[in-house]
Amino acid sequence: MTVLDLSAIKLRELNATLQGVEPDSHAAFEVRNPQGGHAIAVGLNAPIDVTINGSTGYYCAGMNQLATVRVTGSAGPGVAQNMMSGKVIVDGDASQYAGATSRGGILVIKGNATSRCAIQIKGGDVVVHGDIGHMSAYMAQSGSLVVLGDAGADLGDSIYESHLFVRGSVKSLGADCVEKEMRPEHVEHLSRLLHEAEADAKPEEFRRYGSARTLYHFEVDNAGPY
Amino acid sequence: MDHTPRTHPVKPWTFDDYINSYIRRAAATGVYDIRGGGAKRRIPHFDDLLFLGSALTRFPFEGAREACDTAVTLGSLNAENPIQLDIPITIAGMSFGALSGPAKEALGRGANLAGTSTTTGDGGMTPEERGHSNKLVYQYLPSRYGMNPDDLRKADAIEIVMGQGAKPGAGGILLGQKVSDRVADMRNLPKGIDQRSGVRHPDCSGADELEIKTLELREITGWKVPIYIKVGGSRPYYDTALAVKGGADVVVIDGMQGGTAASQEVFIEHVGLPTLACIRPAVQALRDLGVYRKVQLVISGGIRTGADVAKALALGADCVSIGTAALIALGDNNPALEAEYNELGTTAGAYDDWHEGQDPAGILTQDPELQSRLDPVLGGRRLANYLRVMTMEAQSIARACGKTSLRSLEPEDLVALTAEAADMAGVPTVGQSWVPGSAKDL
Repeated sequence: MTVLDLSAIKLRELNATLQGVEPDSHAAFEVRNPQGGHAIAVGLNAPIDVTINGSTGYYCAGMNQLATVRVTGSAGPGVAQNMMSGKVIVDGDASQYAGATSRGGILVIKGNATSRCAIQIKGGDVVVHGDIGHMSAYMAQSGSLVVLGDAGADLGDSIYESHLFVRGSVKSLGADCVEKEMRPEHVEHLSRLLHEAEADAKPEEFRRYGSARTLYHFEVDNAGPY
Repeated sequence: MDHTPRTHPVKPWTFDDYINSYIRRAAATGVYDIRGGGAKRRIPHFDDLLFLGSALTRFPFEGAREACDTAVTLGSLNAENPIQLDIPITIAGMSFGALSGPAKEALGRGANLAGTSTTTGDGGMTPEERGHSNKLVYQYLPSRYGMNPDDLRKADAIEIVMGQGAKPGAGGILLGQKVSDRVADMRNLPKGIDQRSGVRHPDCSGADELEIKTLELREITGWKVPIYIKVGGSRPYYDTALAVKGGADVVVIDGMQGGTAASQEVFIEHVGLPTLACIRPAVQALRDLGVYRKVQLVISGGIRTGADVAKALALGADCVSIGTAALIALGDNNPALEAEYNELGTTAGAYDDWHEGQDPAGILTQDPELQSRLDPVLGGRRLANYLRVMTMEAQSIARACGKTSLRSLEPEDLVALTAEAADMAGVPTVGQSWVPGSAKDL
C-alpha cells in the first residue's frame, strides 16, 4: 500500500498521483493527515482502493469513477458528489449534500447525514446507517436513498423516479412525494443495497416513498407546490 | 342618431392591448406565460452610445489597411491552457434539448471558421458538439444534467453558471414537448415530462463554497482549463467581486437582454439589469481588486453588431458573447418562413414560443422533420459570415478611434445620447464633460 501524507505533499500532488494510476493496476493507497482538507481524492477514474485516515472537508471523492474510497472519520459537505461508479464509505458522519447528483455507484455513510442528502441523485445509490436531515432527496431523479434511521422534513420534495426507503420516522414528505407499496422487486433491490452497505437491517422493516407524479405536467390546480 | 360631438376614444396607457391580452390569457389558462428570448422592452442599450472618432485630437488609422488586432486570451490567470480566440466574440451557452442537434453543429462549425468558441448548455455535452467545436466551454449548471468527469476533461474551459441574464434567481424550464428519448436519457429523466432545473447548485450555496467548488473542478481537471463564472446582471459590482473570490479566471455577466430557451415572461421583462448597466460596475470591481485584465470580463445580453462589440470592449469588457444573434444568423425568425409563423399565431421576428418545439426554422426543436430543415454546413457558414462582419465593423470603429487593437478602445472614446445611458455606461452625454455618477465610483 502506498502512503500519501498530506502533511508532506500538496493536494495537487495527491490527486495527480491518484488520477494517474494505470487503469488495471488495482493499487491501494493510504492518505494520512487529511486534516479536514477539501477536494481530496476527486476525479478518480480507476478501480483503486483509497483509505483516508481521518476526516475530510468539502467534496471528498467528488465525481468518483470505479475507485473505492473509505473515510475513516467524518466527511464534509458534498462527499462523493456526482459519483459515476465505484464505492465511497464514510465511517463517521457526513455533512450536507452528501452524494449530490450522483449518477452511479454507492455511497455508504455509517453515521448520520444532515440536510439535502442525496439531493438530485440521478442513478447513484446512497445508504445512511443513521439519520438524515431536511430536504433530502430533493428533486431526486433516479437511483435510491436508503435510511436506517429517521428522515427530516420535506423528504423527496419534487421527486422524480428515485426510490426512497426509510426504516425510522419521516418528519414530513415534500411536494409530490408519497408512501408507496413495497413490492417484491423493491424488497429484492433494498436487500441488495443493505448487503452492499454492510447494514444490519431487514428490508421488511422499511417503508418506501416515491413520486406521486402529479407535478410531471403543469396543472394550474397544482400551482401551490410550484 | 345622436350627433353630439364626442372626444376620440382613448385606450389607457396602463391597460394597453398587450396587457389586456395578457390578463385574458392568464384568466383562461391559469398558467403564466412562458417564452424564449430576452427582454423585448425598449431599455437603454448600446444604441444610446456614440463613438467620437478621430480628427486632430486623436489620430485615426487607415481603415481596412492598418492592422487592428482582434485576438483575445481568456483564462490566463490559473489555467495551464488558456483559451485563445481570434475574435473577441464567443457563442453563449445554449443547451442541446432546447436547440436541435444540427443547430448545435452549425454553431460549432461557424465558430471554428471564425476562430472562436462555443458553449454547451443545460443538456450536457454531445459528441456532435464536441466534435464540431474546436474550442468548447462546458457549462457547470445547477441541474448537472449529463455532468460527468469525462466530459469535464474534454472541455477547453468550464463555465460555472450561477445565473442567467434573462432570469437572475430562477431555474430553467424545459416542457415535456421537447423531452425526446435522447434528451431524457442525457438528463436521467422520464421522456415527455416537464423539467424544472434547480436555481441553486445542489452542493454549493454561497461565495465561500463556490471557492471550494472551483478548487474541486480544478483538481478534477488537473488545473489545465480556465474556470469561468457566469452571473445574471443584477448586482454586477458585488457579484463580480465574489466571482473573483470564488476563483474565477473569467467573469461572465449576462444582462437582461440575454436570452433563455424558456422562462416566465415576468422574469424576462422584469428581473435583472440592462446589459449596458452591468459593464461599468463589473470593471470597477475588477479594478478595485487589482485584477482588471488579469481576470477577463465577458459581457453578453443583446449584442447584435460590430458597434455593440466595440462599445462593450470600450467600456472595459475583454470579450462579448452572443446567443440570440447567433440563432438569427442560423435562420431563426426568417421572414421567408412567414406563412409558417402565421400558422403558429405569430410573425417572423416575434416568434418566441421555443419551448413548444415547433420552430419552423429547425433550430429550437427536437422534432426530427423540423430539425432536418437546418443544414449545419450552410448554417455554420452564415454564422461565420456574421461573426466576421461584426469583427470587421468593430475594427473599422477602432481604427477610426486611433486604435491598433480592439482592446485599446476605452470609455474616453464614447459619449451617450441620453442621461440614462450616460449614467449606466459611465460616459458623458453628448456635448457635456461631466460623467453622471462620477462623484461615486460604484
